[in-house]
Amino acid sequence: MRNRILAAAAGAGALALALTGCVPNSTAGGAALTVAITDDTCAVSEATTAAGNVTFSITNNGTDVNEFEILADDKLRIVGEKENVTPGQTVSYVAQLGPGTYYTACKFQLIGAPTGVAEFTVTGEASAVSADEQALTDQAVTNYISYIKSQVAELVPQVQAFADAYATGDDDTARSLFASARVSYERIEPTAEAFGDLDPKIDYREVDAVAEGLDWTGFHRIEKDLWPPAEGALNSDGESAFLDWAPSTDEERQAYADGLVTDVQQLSDLVNAKDFTVSLADISNGAIGLLDEVAVGKISGEEDWWSHTDLYDFYANVQGAEVAFGNVKDIAAGKGKEGAALVKDIETEFAALEGLLAQYGSLDSGFADYSTVTEAQRKELSDQVNALAEPLSNLTHTVLGLSE
Amino acid sequence: MTEPEETAPTGLSRRGLLGLVGAGAAGIALGGGAAAAIALNTPNGVGVSTVYPFFGDHQAGITTPAQDRLHFAAYDLSAGTTRDDLIELLQDWTYAAARLTAGQEVTEGGAVDGSPLAPPDDTGEALGLPASGLTITFGFGPTLFTTDDGTDRFGIAAKKPDLLAKLPRFSGDALRPESGGGDLCIQACADDPQVAVHAIRNLSRIAFGRASIRWSQLGFGRTSSTSTAQVTPRNLFGFKDGTANIKAEDPTTVKAQVWVAEGDGPEWMTGGSYLVTRKIRMIIEAWDRTQLQEQENVIGRSKGEGAPLSGGREFTEPEFAATGAAGQELIPADSHVLLAHPTSTGGAQLLRRGYNFVDGNDELGRLDAGLFFISFQRSPEQFIAVQKNLARDALNEYIKHVGSAIFAVPPGATKNGYVGSGLFA
Repeated sequence: MRNRILAAAAGAGALALALTGCVPNSTAGGAALTVAITDDTCAVSEATTAAGNVTFSITNNGTDVNEFEILADDKLRIVGEKENVTPGQTVSYVAQLGPGTYYTACKFQLIGAPTGVAEFTVTGEASAVSADEQALTDQAVTNYISYIKSQVAELVPQVQAFADAYATGDDDTARSLFASARVSYERIEPTAEAFGDLDPKIDYREVDAVAEGLDWTGFHRIEKDLWPPAEGALNSDGESAFLDWAPSTDEERQAYADGLVTDVQQLSDLVNAKDFTVSLADISNGAIGLLDEVAVGKISGEEDWWSHTDLYDFYANVQGAEVAFGNVKDIAAGKGKEGAALVKDIETEFAALEGLLAQYGSLDSGFADYSTVTEAQRKELSDQVNALAEPLSNLTHTVLGLSE
Repeated sequence: MTEPEETAPTGLSRRGLLGLVGAGAAGIALGGGAAAAIALNTPNGVGVSTVYPFFGDHQAGITTPAQDRLHFAAYDLSAGTTRDDLIELLQDWTYAAARLTAGQEVTEGGAVDGSPLAPPDDTGEALGLPASGLTITFGFGPTLFTTDDGTDRFGIAAKKPDLLAKLPRFSGDALRPESGGGDLCIQACADDPQVAVHAIRNLSRIAFGRASIRWSQLGFGRTSSTSTAQVTPRNLFGFKDGTANIKAEDPTTVKAQVWVAEGDGPEWMTGGSYLVTRKIRMIIEAWDRTQLQEQENVIGRSKGEGAPLSGGREFTEPEFAATGAAGQELIPADSHVLLAHPTSTGGAQLLRRGYNFVDGNDELGRLDAGLFFISFQRSPEQFIAVQKNLARDALNEYIKHVGSAIFAVPPGATKNGYVGSGLFA
């Protein structure tokens, strides 16, 4: 939620982290792995390596700038990345990796979906979690910023395609792109909300914009054109759907399409600015903030009032919350028995919620129309959101407020 | 159309009695008149209980120290109800309200002293209970004057105050049409919930055939104090509510902000006020898992003492310019206390008189809980100014407005008159 981020940012100065010795250098697993990049491939020389400091020698054989990413097994959370590898360049990059399943990928021109996604297995023993909390904190912040940038990089071209289809009157295509174009945005919603005026322009519902006297623009304005209300339909505030609303003209469509593209580009510029950063509290609060977005707006079906695509947003919010949690969970797990127990609880409840959501579809195969989800099913989803939100709401206290 | 004489209701009309006892009401002795009804006559004579006078310049239940319990009901007039029926209803209600607020039964026959062959006039659940500070306050909704399709059912459209109109859309509105609006309203407040319910129940019964309940609301735990003699209560967010409310002991502010003055609008409203109700659902599950620090930042006050975050005690004036060591605002710019403060609203203040509610649970198993907000103000524009200013309130993340209504509250009735008589003069 908007205020959490701001409040937490103000409080971040009070953070007193116990700084202890230096990073224990685990032994590197041998010679560097090579990564050969072209514009649409991303070939890593080995698919398996030993845990520890893993060195990658990255060469860009393509025609434009590229980036190398190591993703967690959710294919979302970034655990390491090397940006801005220019054509013809070879750079060395070291990632500290524990045993587990990862994915390697590249991102041509630093934008759009990752290319050449390949499973990457790290074997061996986990080194003891670093005792250096500052190092963990720095790592969590670095990786979360990378994640935000990668999500915005996916968002930009998706929004462009969606806006183009809408502006040219290809409503079938626009309708098919609407839900998926929002996914990356919903994963990082608290970040966008922290930029003040941007979220209202991109993602406001009609009732909020009207009530605040703002011009109503963005995703939901377009949504209403694509799924026009039936005669006599009501808005979520109980008013007639046709009060102060009419289908957009061609010129208006072009303006709303251009506006959305411009606003999303501005979001991209802001998160890619040199001074963009987040605090540890922003990350852990972002996790519960995303869950509250679900509890308040998505469960009730108010978010996507006309398209009923709420489950996509729901799922993306949960994914975003899990990524944020994943970024700080090592720190939380290091906070004694209490921290370890909390992490376990949260992981259990995330798995249960995702299992429940899987009954309604997936991002790849599509989710059920939310109007077909019965009250009893909504209650089951709501109960599981609450079951997760209770332990998750203690994450910030555990990360920042507990000593080891 | 004949104008009725302004006469004191001396009992329930035959129509009102019909609502109570059917056609065989002849044997029931009518009440002895409003003036007599004022005499305190608590059952058993033992009730140590406050009685507030019903008659006066202003209706009771506004600057009256807020009682602990509420039963509020909005009514729509039945199809076919005439101007004379409406007047008669208001006379009947005046008669009954004067008795009830004095701790009496709704008629002399009451619950047990009528004909054994007739159903009792009074429903009886308040037998043995004192007046319990009961106040009954009547209001007129915009649709009483003109229906949504423009019909002037009672020949009073010309007397409608310009400002009496459905409220505009506000941020956070998720209104359910079935829990808003209404031609008439009755606010019954008492320190005993059974007394408040008894009042609404009997007044509704009297209205059968002429008006029926459109929506109603029970409230507990007053969330505002309207007198400096009262401690500040807490709302369901766990924060003190109404610290900076208008208090009866401040007659200058009451006069400037609460009572309609001569020349403000139609003459019949002078001495009255405008009543706004907003049923505000709290998303308490999300609120309850919010960090204490954020809760306080959202409200702009400390949770324990209720002091502004700029420092001091509960009644210390907030210092919005105060900054902390790092230069940050101590009271966040989107905090509730800052946005609702008169310095942010162009001086507009409201006399708040809300109550907590818990209407069971919703379909998701969450408590259907919140604040039934009630405010009285000299002009609806005061409420609109405040509510518009709250559009960016951090609190909006945790609330939804599900019900909305506005009523013109006429001045108090004289002992020889009835509530709202000025409208029909």
